[in-house]
Amino acid sequence: MIDVKNLHKSFGSEEILKGIDTQFYKGKTNLIIGQSGAGKTVFLKCLLGLFTPTEGTIEYNGSAFSGLDVKEQRELRQKMGMVFQGGALFDSMTIEENVMFPLEMFTKQKKTEMMDRVQEVLDRVNLKNVNHKFPSEISGGMQKRVAIARAIVNKPKYLFCDEPNSGLDPKTAILIDNLIQEITQEYDITTVINTHDMNSVLEIGENIVYLKNGNLAWTGSKDDIYKTDDKSLIDFVYSSDLFRKVREVQLKGL
Amino acid sequence: MKYLHDIGEYFIMLKKVFGRMTKTSVLRGLIFKEVDDLIISSLGIVVFISFFIGGVVTIQTALNLNNPLIPKSLIAFTARQSIILEFSPTFISIIMAGKVGSNITSSIGTMRVMEQIDALEVMGINSANYLIFPKIIAMLLYPFVIAISMFMGIIGAYMAGVLGGFVAGEQFLNGLQNDFISFHLVYAFIKTFIFALILATIPSYHGYYMKGGALEVGQASTTAFVWTSVVLIIANYVLTQLLLS
Ligand SMILES: Nc1ncnc2c1ncn2[C@@H]1O[C@H](COP(=O)(O)OP(=O)(O)O)[C@@H](O)[C@H]1O
Ligand SMILES: [Mg+2]
Repeated sequence: MIDVKNLHKSFGSEEILKGIDTQFYKGKTNLIIGQSGAGKTVFLKCLLGLFTPTEGTIEYNGSAFSGLDVKEQRELRQKMGMVFQGGALFDSMTIEENVMFPLEMFTKQKKTEMMDRVQEVLDRVNLKNVNHKFPSEISGGMQKRVAIARAIVNKPKYLFCDEPNSGLDPKTAILIDNLIQEITQEYDITTVINTHDMNSVLEIGENIVYLKNGNLAWTGSKDDIYKTDDKSLIDFVYSSDLFRKVREVQLKGL
Repeated sequence: MKYLHDIGEYFIMLKKVFGRMTKTSVLRGLIFKEVDDLIISSLGIVVFISFFIGGVVTIQTALNLNNPLIPKSLIAFTARQSIILEFSPTFISIIMAGKVGSNITSSIGTMRVMEQIDALEVMGINSANYLIFPKIIAMLLYPFVIAISMFMGIIGAYMAGVLGGFVAGEQFLNGLQNDFISFHLVYAFIKTFIFALILATIPSYHGYYMKGGALEVGQASTTAFVWTSVVLIIANYVLTQLLLS
């Protein structure tokens, strides 16, 4: 579990996050939603320890990042997996080398052990016959799968995904969403996903945090979203006709 | 103010480069790769340029020394001095600022904009050490490149001078050995060593701290080239003042 307390983040005089209190739960897909520019990536990078909060604390299973010494911080980092928006695969390495990278850097496993684990996670994300290809030689959806495989290869306790299905076709996007949710449950990890994709919200939104103008504007689950009467959330979620109709049907059914 | 900030940031980066080290076995592979990318792949162009510029320097010297009282061996002497003191260490380094420098800035800059540097940091890797340290170590071989440049420059000078009929082979070889001051070589290689560090670190700085997207990677490479050249020229002046006068 991750506990965020009074999180502020400013760049110069510009305050991006203005005091956020929230929790992200273990074994669940936690979503941070909000418009482009709302500060979702900044929030995620604070959770990852890439940005130092201007004020406030973030606790991982009860221990605050800022309270740890450098060595402990590094150990905590190694329990985090991150899927970046563009995948952030290393161009000069093959798929296999990309996925093996965290193992090579941080474990003392033998090459054969590492290879077994790499094959295991590549199988888990349903990637076949790409081991020796380079990132530029596979599709965007496959790159996302590799990024997920690399993020989970070292058995993380926390998984962060920045817009994991941006730039993917709707069908592939849902597959990736479902994959992340399955992995979250199987490995019982705390997963935090940034998204502005309403399909994802209504598909895998177990715990949703809605950011608006740097503030936490709403929290709840996908079922709560159908029932909410929060005006700005309704505007944001049901921005298309189709979603408005879905909401009507859902409300009638309840 | 902006420059002060940049200079400060440059030194912070250097401190980070020599901070926590990447696993040795991984680092070794990275260094070999950089030697290949930065040193080996530059040899062709260095040999080519040095050979022809060596020749041109000789022809121009020969054409200017048409007073019969001046011995022809002076042609070789002058060519040797220009090549060893200035042409190979400085001129080749400016060219390398374009070749090696833009390679460094664009490769690190691309990793920055594609969030690959963030990916390294998230994994708890010291990205500055992982990316920049191997380049600095590889560039320690740069003096060999310059030695090859000097050698090829002098071969070019010999070919142009002797085969072009400006000076007899024996006179050329005599001139080449005239008044040889070994400290000049020391001076040239001290320069080269400092230039290698400049060539490795300034382009790295411009890539490492760049912001934006693919377009900015190109701009950063250009800016890096300009600044690397400016610093090379200033360092050249200062070192010459310190070492030779
Ligand atoms: N490193 C940074 N320095 C300064 N401003 C930043 C930085 N990163 C993000 N911002 C600003 O923070 C705001 C929120 O950005 P971001 O978190 O990327 O939004 P999104 O919700 O689309 O992910 C933007 O206005 C952006 O300009
Ligand atoms: Mg974002």
